[in-house]
Amino acid sequence: MSDERFEPKIIAFLCNWCSYRAADLAGTARMKYQPNIRTIRVMCSGRVDPSFVLKAFSLGADGVMIAGCHPGECHYLEQNYKAMRRYEMLRHTLLAMGMEDHRLRLQWASAAEGKALSEAINEMIEQVRALGPLNWPGLWSENGGHQAAIERLPHEHAEAREVSA
Amino acid sequence: MSEKVGVYICHCGSNIAGTVDVVELAKFAGELPGVTVSREYKFMCSSLGQELVAEDIKKQGLTRVVVGACSPHLHEKTFRRACATAGLNPYLMQMVSLREQVSWVTEDKALALDKAKAMISGGVRRVQLQEELEPTPVPVNPNTLVVGAGVAGIQASLELADAGYPVFLVEREPSIGGHMAQFDKTFPTLDCSACILTPKMSDVGTHEKITLLSYAEVEEVTGFVGNFHVRIRKRARGVDEVDCTGCGICIEKCPRKVVDDVFEAGMGYRKAIYRPFPQAVPKFPVIDRANCTFYERGTCKACEKFCPTNAIRFDQEDAFLDLDVGNIILATGWDLFDARRLSQFGYGRLANVFTNLEFERLCNAAGPTDGRIVLRDGVTEPKSIALVHCVGSRDKKTNPQCSAVCCMAALKFGHLVMEKTQAEVTSFYIDIRAPHKNYEEFYDRLQDEGMHFVRGRVAEVTDAARLPDEEGKLIVQVEDTLIGKQRRMPFDMVVLMSGLQPRADAREVGLRFGISCSMDGWFTERHPKLDPVATMTDGIFIAGVCQGPKDIPDSVAQGAAAASRIQGMIARGTVMIEPVVATIHEENCSGCRICNNLCPFNAIEFLAEKSVSYINAALCKGCGTCVAACPAQAITGAHFNNQQINAEIEGLLYDAVRGNGGAPKPVAVPA
Amino acid sequence: MKYSYFPGCSLEKNAASYDVSTRAVASRLGMQFTEVEDWNCCGATEYVSLNLTAAYSLIARNLAQATKNAGLDQVVAPCSACYLNLRKADKVLGQDAGLADRVGKALAAGGLSYKPGSLHIRHLLDVLYQDIGLEALGAAVTKPLSGLRIAPYYGCMIVRPSFHNGDDDPEYPTSLDKILKALGAEVVDYPMKAHCCGGHMTQISEASGFEMIRRLIKGADDYQTDVIATICPMCQLNLDGFQGAMNRHFSTNYHIPVLYFTQLIGLAMGMAPKDVGIGDEIVSSAKALIKIGTAVEPEPAGPPKRKKDDKSLPMPGRGGGVA
Repeated sequence: MSDERFEPKIIAFLCNWCSYRAADLAGTARMKYQPNIRTIRVMCSGRVDPSFVLKAFSLGADGVMIAGCHPGECHYLEQNYKAMRRYEMLRHTLLAMGMEDHRLRLQWASAAEGKALSEAINEMIEQVRALGPLNWPGLWSENGGHQAAIERLPHEHAEAREVSA
Repeated sequence: MSEKVGVYICHCGSNIAGTVDVVELAKFAGELPGVTVSREYKFMCSSLGQELVAEDIKKQGLTRVVVGACSPHLHEKTFRRACATAGLNPYLMQMVSLREQVSWVTEDKALALDKAKAMISGGVRRVQLQEELEPTPVPVNPNTLVVGAGVAGIQASLELADAGYPVFLVEREPSIGGHMAQFDKTFPTLDCSACILTPKMSDVGTHEKITLLSYAEVEEVTGFVGNFHVRIRKRARGVDEVDCTGCGICIEKCPRKVVDDVFEAGMGYRKAIYRPFPQAVPKFPVIDRANCTFYERGTCKACEKFCPTNAIRFDQEDAFLDLDVGNIILATGWDLFDARRLSQFGYGRLANVFTNLEFERLCNAAGPTDGRIVLRDGVTEPKSIALVHCVGSRDKKTNPQCSAVCCMAALKFGHLVMEKTQAEVTSFYIDIRAPHKNYEEFYDRLQDEGMHFVRGRVAEVTDAARLPDEEGKLIVQVEDTLIGKQRRMPFDMVVLMSGLQPRADAREVGLRFGISCSMDGWFTERHPKLDPVATMTDGIFIAGVCQGPKDIPDSVAQGAAAASRIQGMIARGTVMIEPVVATIHEENCSGCRICNNLCPFNAIEFLAEKSVSYINAALCKGCGTCVAACPAQAITGAHFNNQQINAEIEGLLYDAVRGNGGAPKPVAVPA
Repeated sequence: MKYSYFPGCSLEKNAASYDVSTRAVASRLGMQFTEVEDWNCCGATEYVSLNLTAAYSLIARNLAQATKNAGLDQVVAPCSACYLNLRKADKVLGQDAGLADRVGKALAAGGLSYKPGSLHIRHLLDVLYQDIGLEALGAAVTKPLSGLRIAPYYGCMIVRPSFHNGDDDPEYPTSLDKILKALGAEVVDYPMKAHCCGGHMTQISEASGFEMIRRLIKGADDYQTDVIATICPMCQLNLDGFQGAMNRHFSTNYHIPVLYFTQLIGLAMGMAPKDVGIGDEIVSSAKALIKIGTAVEPEPAGPPKRKKDDKSLPMPGRGGGVA
């Protein structure tokens, strides 16, 4: 039975000051949560580029969590508000592109909220499990996509500046 | 180019190894592209563990290191140092948290190993794209700004000044001293508060290294550790500080009396031109323009008439000072909980209900009643006094925290009452918190002296008498939990031990300095156990109650601790700025300026002549928000750049259905 | 402003003056009340502790009936007990799925149904304070109650539990104080304003009941109160109806009339005392109301009642049985 159970893979971006420390606290307090989540440390939730989220989904993630400090408590003062704005835009874009809601989640967690974060993680894993695997054929890996585009950019820039006014 | 990665899996005793098969994990890591050597060891953070890394760097020519162990918050510095001593740039090391993020939170061992493999895979891919970075040394300005001149700020200032370093001490009120100057006696020694504080205040006032800026506030702060620029607003006293001799005749002659809401806690009066208290430092009075006849109607001018040195300046304006300092200490103190919020205690309605601060002023010999403990009528001596603990503390509806000092203050009040009057005094408490040196003994002493104690939260203080002997009294309704009965006890006077609260403008002030407050409103320290005086912002320190409720000894200790940290930095002369900053590549910048408004530290400016934006690396704190926002990806975030994070994502999803293989390629940017 | 109106049992009989004055004041203030069709007793206070399902079914029937008033989602109850029961049922049925299920079956048996959360249940005090507002009330005042010292008495059920009393402080509520002030009265800072009147205590333990009543009356008397203003029929009954018995029990001599706040609002709006049920109360308000120049004809005193242990012989000249 358990072999057939779908195990989602979720990538989480945790901000260094609050949510990463919350995850650490969950660890120190030995709070158990399901292992379906794999974490990446960034300095601030504001660092999370929407393209990271897209990359994660295209490489096989079934869900992505962005976690940061509570509004008003960002270590860098207000950058989590920017993360919030980006998240809203991204969420609507993904919904418009046919992705189910709840695959992308914005989670606030202060450094003291180990329990709350572990509960949110468990909740998200179950939500994504219920949604099933993400059925989104990603093109990033297949044709080099993102990486190739980025590599071309500086050359395109240089070319653009050669054009006379 | 290919790197030679060394992977080290730590057992951490059984903390990791007990759940994750570290041998298997090391084997897996050894087979990842780019990995030259992969080991597992019991305690990587030990000197032997670190030597293992150093040896491999030297002998095997490793160019990158991955340590799978505990949280980077614990040992990132340790392993960076180990690499540095072996000659490898410390930023070419990546820590993967296998303990807090894997072994300690996962029950199933097989699943834990799977997760660990993914995390290591992510780290191995990422590290190969990491670049050498060097921290930048910046000089440390030996000047220090101390904000708030209560006992913590005073202590910090004196320590720095005695060490020979210049201090700018800014205080919002006309005099230094803070709340401690309002108290009568201090527990447990029963030293007179003013007597032990005023010598320090006087030292501050006369110290050649301390520039005292009283009746002033900090308007703006820019800069970074070692190099802050501060703008101070010196409010207009209306008195010239050069000409004023502090004789006080102006105060005597002033005809306007107002209720003193600040120093006398609303219990006494002061004049429109006033000194907060007789031993005020500095001695110069200040004109309260809101209550001065001259500013209202243009008449009076009694102070000017009688001043023997012509020091009154009605037209004086606020002055601004721009200062350069290396470090800042915030010691801004606390506000008293407004007991009117708990209407059941009747404060503000029932005349003879007082707060602890009001009671301090009653007891104080220099207070509004010359130290006589009397009822609100100013005449009658109470024969019975109730002290209600935990008003606005330990209360989920108002403040959940314990205010740390009220139990001891209540004991102190009990002693003072019994010393000065014949009154019976009763404490209504939840617990008696007497944790520090000689505090418990003080509690014993008060029990011996005949103070009464009832363990129970007071439900209500009312004047609605039910029985004849309750008429004209304040009745305290309480559950006496030790005898299991409800009691109604009549008293002449009730004193509410109001709790300590963060200053009303704490959040705003914190933001001005670039630090934050925790959810309960106190300033956030870097680590509550191990680093209580530093904040997350280098160069800004906190001391005293603004960090959390505490008594005078702890406030003094924190003031001294902050001063000591700063002295260390000044002595070294330079401080290293982390190289985790963002850089704009001019060639790729189109000058759209989207990034300009995203930086709360004003690190991004627009260079009009070149039509590009520019980041001042010294001001950049490395959050990466601008990096993510640039539509042309023209901004690189050092040590957290797009390629590195994308590589980490690839590694974490190595086992996903649509995973990819191969080592990630760094992006070459044309010169 | 349109509301469904739930008078409750008390307002039919012993609190008829509350009903009369409420309707009079409401129509003057432009409020339209549509009575809930075929409403039943809310169960007052004890039923809930005896049989949860039956009690909540009883209450929920009223909620179901109220939904029949098309387009009206606000239900006003002048009685604090009815108000609390309706409000509590709506909340509890929304939280306890099992209970909601059983109650739902009971309602269905009568062809009724109710979805928790579909109605807003309001106390009349809250409606007058929030929806009408102090300004509108003040503007409607033509005969301010100047010089009349009124003690606002909230009783306990409107302020506790605190989940329903909105912004008003459960220990020291002020909405009624402010309304009375808007009527021009001198509002007494009544320390017992949110203390319990004893409820049905007079039926269970007379002495305890009387003591609770005594404390309230004494508290008002200590503050030189002319009139106590109530918002609940139970409180009114206790303080007014049992004041005499309480006086006899304690050998005290209090005489403080207890009126409904709507009666006072009506008087301030210039209504005739009879039109707002003045005179129905047992402790007469006649003397107190003279202060505001309201001439209230005290009811002509009937023949004095003979006390049980009165052994005296009747005086000659009294009518007695002669045809």
